[in-house]
Amino acid sequence: MAVPKRKISTSKRNMRRSHDSLKAAGYVECPSCGEYKLPHHVCESCGTYRDREVAEASGI
Amino acid sequence: MAAAVGKRTPGFVREVTTAERSNAMRHGLSGRKLNRTSSHRKAMFANMAVALITHEQIHTTLPKAKELRPIVEKLITLGKRGNLHARRQALSTLRDTKVVDKLFSAIAERYAERSGGYTRVLRAGFRYGDSAPMAYIELVDRDPEVKGAEDKARAAEQAALDGELAAPAEES
Ligand SMILES: [Zn+2]
Repeated sequence: MAVPKRKISTSKRNMRRSHDSLKAAGYVECPSCGEYKLPHHVCESCGTYRDREVAEASGI
Repeated sequence: MAAAVGKRTPGFVREVTTAERSNAMRHGLSGRKLNRTSSHRKAMFANMAVALITHEQIHTTLPKAKELRPIVEKLITLGKRGNLHARRQALSTLRDTKVVDKLFSAIAERYAERSGGYTRVLRAGFRYGDSAPMAYIELVDRDPEVKGAEDKARAAEQAALDGELAAPAEES
């Protein structure tokens, strides 16, 4: 059975994990209410998309 | 091995054989299975198409919205064709005469001048609980009044009834 020959050093382990960090999600200001929203998404606070598509404003 | 191309019924997803899964390229594969059997998927998209045509906008997951789009677009094309055969074809998917009537009258009229692209999918954040990407799918030039119209009417009727019941109780 294949088995590790050496314990992975903390340095090696951390080097492996150097690419694992999460990136913060991007955001834009909603053009109609000014709240931050996800780009290319319906605004969650005012329910608009591109100033027109209304999908029930959930007053957050 | 010539993979037979299946017929493209709504929600049809060609099965992947074991041989294909092991080493083949993804040629000829299209559509999502959405973790459902063929019949489950077919029934779900029939229900969703009825809901979308009735309410003109529904809120669902992004993959389901994307899969529903061509199904509903093809139904609207049937509505615009307008003959008896087309009506029976639409009825075989939707199983609801009221919805098919709307498809062949109001909706067919509305999109007479539009050649495709009758629906729009808008991303709408991520669901609490499983972080599923959500979306609104709606008919282009939709009537905002019809969404939930039946429920709103019933709620108004119930409120009126409650008002009637409450009024005499206060008097006595
Ligand atoms: Zn907004």
